Amino acid sequence: MRDSTINSKTFTIGGVHPDDHKLSADQPIKDMPLPETVYLHTGQHIGAPAKPVVEKGQTVKVGDLIAQSSGFISASIHSSVSGRVEKIDQVADVTGHKRQTIIIRVEGDEWNSQIDRSDKLKGSIDLKAKEIIERINNAGITGLGGAAFPSYVKLMVPDGKKAEFLTINAAECEPYLTADHRLMLEKGKELIIGIEILLKALNIDHALVGIENNKVDAIETLQSFIGKNKRIQIIPLKTLYPQGGERQLVKALVDREIPPPPKGLPIDVGCVVFNIGTVYAVYEAVQKNKPLVERIITVTGKTIKNPSNFKVRIGTPISKLIEAAGGMPKNTGKVISGGPMMGKALNSIDIPVTKGMSGLLLLPDSESTRKPVLNCIRCGKCVTKCPLGLEPYLIMALTEHGYFERAHAEKILNCCECGCCTYICPANRPLLDYIRLGKTTVNKILREKEKK
Amino acid sequence: MKDKLLNVSLSPHVYGRFSVHQMMVDVVIALLPALAMSVYIFGLHALRVTLIAIVSAVLFEYIIQKFMLKVKPSISDGSAIVTGLLLAYNLPSNLPWWIIVVGSLVSIGLGKMSFGGLGNNPFNPALVGRVFLVISFPVEMTTWPKPLLTDRWQLADASTHATPLAIVKEGLFAGEAYPDLIAQIPSYLDLFLGRMGGCIGEISALALLLGCLYLLYRKVITWHAPVSMLGSMFIFSGLLWLTNPAKFADPLFHVLAGGAFLGAIYMTTDLVTSPMTHQGMLIFGTGIGIITILIRVFGAYPEGVSFAILIMNAFVPLINRMCKPKRFGE
Amino acid sequence: MTLLYTILSLSISGIVAAVILYLIAQQFKIDEDPRIDEVENELPLANCGACGYPGCRNFAEAIVKANSLEEFYCPVGGNECMAAVSRVMKLEHAKKDPMIAVVRCNGTLSNCKKTSHYDGAKTCTIETLTYSGDSDCSFGCIGLGECVDSCPFDAMYMDPKTGLPVIIEEKCTSCGNCVKACPRNIIEIRKKGPKSRRVWVSCVNKEKGGVARKSCLVACIGCGKCVNVCPFDAITLENNLAYIDFEKCKLCRKCVPVCPTKAIHECHFPPRKKPENKIDHNAKVTT
Repeated sequence: MRDSTINSKTFTIGGVHPDDHKLSADQPIKDMPLPETVYLHTGQHIGAPAKPVVEKGQTVKVGDLIAQSSGFISASIHSSVSGRVEKIDQVADVTGHKRQTIIIRVEGDEWNSQIDRSDKLKGSIDLKAKEIIERINNAGITGLGGAAFPSYVKLMVPDGKKAEFLTINAAECEPYLTADHRLMLEKGKELIIGIEILLKALNIDHALVGIENNKVDAIETLQSFIGKNKRIQIIPLKTLYPQGGERQLVKALVDREIPPPPKGLPIDVGCVVFNIGTVYAVYEAVQKNKPLVERIITVTGKTIKNPSNFKVRIGTPISKLIEAAGGMPKNTGKVISGGPMMGKALNSIDIPVTKGMSGLLLLPDSESTRKPVLNCIRCGKCVTKCPLGLEPYLIMALTEHGYFERAHAEKILNCCECGCCTYICPANRPLLDYIRLGKTTVNKILREKEKK
Repeated sequence: MKDKLLNVSLSPHVYGRFSVHQMMVDVVIALLPALAMSVYIFGLHALRVTLIAIVSAVLFEYIIQKFMLKVKPSISDGSAIVTGLLLAYNLPSNLPWWIIVVGSLVSIGLGKMSFGGLGNNPFNPALVGRVFLVISFPVEMTTWPKPLLTDRWQLADASTHATPLAIVKEGLFAGEAYPDLIAQIPSYLDLFLGRMGGCIGEISALALLLGCLYLLYRKVITWHAPVSMLGSMFIFSGLLWLTNPAKFADPLFHVLAGGAFLGAIYMTTDLVTSPMTHQGMLIFGTGIGIITILIRVFGAYPEGVSFAILIMNAFVPLINRMCKPKRFGE
Repeated sequence: MTLLYTILSLSISGIVAAVILYLIAQQFKIDEDPRIDEVENELPLANCGACGYPGCRNFAEAIVKANSLEEFYCPVGGNECMAAVSRVMKLEHAKKDPMIAVVRCNGTLSNCKKTSHYDGAKTCTIETLTYSGDSDCSFGCIGLGECVDSCPFDAMYMDPKTGLPVIIEEKCTSCGNCVKACPRNIIEIRKKGPKSRRVWVSCVNKEKGGVARKSCLVACIGCGKCVNVCPFDAITLENNLAYIDFEKCKLCRKCVPVCPTKAIHECHFPPRKKPENKIDHNAKVTT
């Protein structure tokens, strides 16, 4: 492991290498002060929104269930603060669209008595596999990498499929973001226990942790805690975006290719993929009985005064985070939730933190606008950089002119929206914009066909 | 804070270092050593032709975009400079100025703008211009000045001189044996360094290779098309040569003489008119190599690179359709 | 002799080729009902797709195949065109009122302030995909003109002052392409009305009154005053949004002055007398 930079694995097709800009890598995780009000969307995850179980005026403690998951793919929401439910209203989320939201006014900081708040490490895993999955479901844990897929669903391996490897995504391939990096440095022991919990829940013996080789200290830290445990293996990965995409990660770690979407899932090649941040949430939920009420967020940007990593209560307005990192610089032109490659640009800083928000990036004016779009010069860079072997220039042209059938035949639905094509395009063409449009349209057409 | 509007767009929010302008600048930089070599060999005439070609190409692009197409002129992207430069590299250095201007007009007007500007042209514009001139002004286009190894800085008319390819072609056509002809042409080292007659840019393989290394380093081009073109030229002419060494020129001669290097490095890698995938580039380059040798050996012209590239340009859409990249997971 | 030989051989091969061509043409000949051509000749031949078929030819084929005109109507050609078709087919045709496309948004640049700057690909659908839009109203017009691009009759243009599309009444054929193009369903095909007079709610915002009003000065706030004043039950209120049913509307215009945000529009009416206005207004306040 000493020469981790040399023996790094990676995926084989495409990929780009944007500048790292890991400005906050040296900043320890700090607790954010409590906000006055939190806004908790009932639909923070992929799947059906949760159903509120509290009423206006009711008092809640930290960790109390406030919205029950509804359906198989759904996640419960717990109060992240103690206080009084002010109202249940419509509040804008990252897309600017208004969603059902439980608004809680903070009064003190009283926790649900069942939660173990001590820092003491708890190593022994007492629960059985089924109970672990149950606990994870009840804690409302979703993937913390960005997509926010309910975690317990991944642990319920469908009939006929067999899990062989637990693959942990600790690549953090997005530039700027450092939340996972800091977590590995500061909570290494907890993470190892978290991985053991997941192994037990899946009833398998192999966990592979993929870490990009620009985080040598994290690789070494985790390795030192593993010792002679053969069940967990740390694998250094080449610094190449999108190393953390589940298809690329599985390819790099176990050299298997997940079949294309919509049907291909990691479990088809015997893998279950978890984000390292989720592993920590699993540890807390299983060992400390603590539901997902806070997460670590990187607040960063070249112009921001103190790029930092914060432990934030979910539902905190992001304006508070920016304030805590030194305020919004005057020349800020874009605020992004997530990393610069896949994050969503926000139209307001009044929206609250959700479970899937991994970072907050402020770009100055000079970097926040796109350059004028030129003709495609057919250089083929998008084709060679596409990690899924697609032809973005062609798919964009087909979508632009409405040939959705052909776009479907050119595998438009395989696209993982990593953004390598738009990143590399010398003519500044909005390739991914059109591919996304094509994807939604093709999906719509397919659904209509299915109905018939 | 409220009065300032935030920008919103879909991801990604950062962009790579490539831009059309930067890539064109890189190509121009890569072409400079060949120009220097040419000025060294042919004197200031080479510079004169190059400047006329560039200025007229840029001017025509501006005029056509501004007054005929009525769009915002895009000369700042530098593609007209590259076209002019490449056209000049394909011309003899003693060409009258008005022929150069006609060549630029055909390159820009017919080769590029009539298809909708940069990115939409199916054929390499510089080669369209060159082939037009070769067909229209065969005498002027095949009269090359003698390499000036003395009196380098004079602008007076120099005596004319045939290219090695022409010497070999005519000799073989007249029934002479190839080994006898070798004595009449410069040594391979001279061919490699550029001490031979020919068009401005094509003479020095060494200078072109220098530019090639720069472009590879800057990741503007990939090795696939040039290597496959030179490789297939070498193999195909080698096979012919093995069948009858007296009747056919040897492979090294074919690769070093004429415009093989210029074509391989700067024309087969032209972003717009080459295939998208690496696999496609290999097919493209191979096709050019074979057609070049076919024209050189069996055709009417001593040189075939430009025709071969134009012919293969026409196949690019087909190659793109045929050579799909390997899809992940399938 | 050579000359004769050449002429002969060429002529013979020409004749052989002609025979082969004739045979092939006979083999693949398609018997077509001549009425298809006749019907097609009566159609506008704009191939706009308003009838539900990909082009005029397909429409004509469908008519002849069905041998009935009940389900068929060309909105572009209107009743005259259908009358001509019915003469060809010797069948009765459905009569419909002339229709026109109506833009149901008045969120001009001054009425509906921008709250962010959209920087992505400049089409309405992609902006809708990206987020709620560059103003606070997530229902109203985006203003990037996809409807204008979709119009096959050049009957629309974007007004740079308001940022909204304008429909040129003389040119609009109510083909409905703009309706399909608009990702926010703002444009509706409504009855053109006698003397082009019509009344409509120029807003599609379904937010609660206060929120809608905050995002746009002329939003429908769902107050229901127009519903109460309408003598013909033509107005319904659903999801905080009033809608005037053009089949029921008798163009009495009572709803127009009642609207507190002036969200109900009228056009081509003679100017109204002032006192009427006042009485109307008072009446609404009491209800």
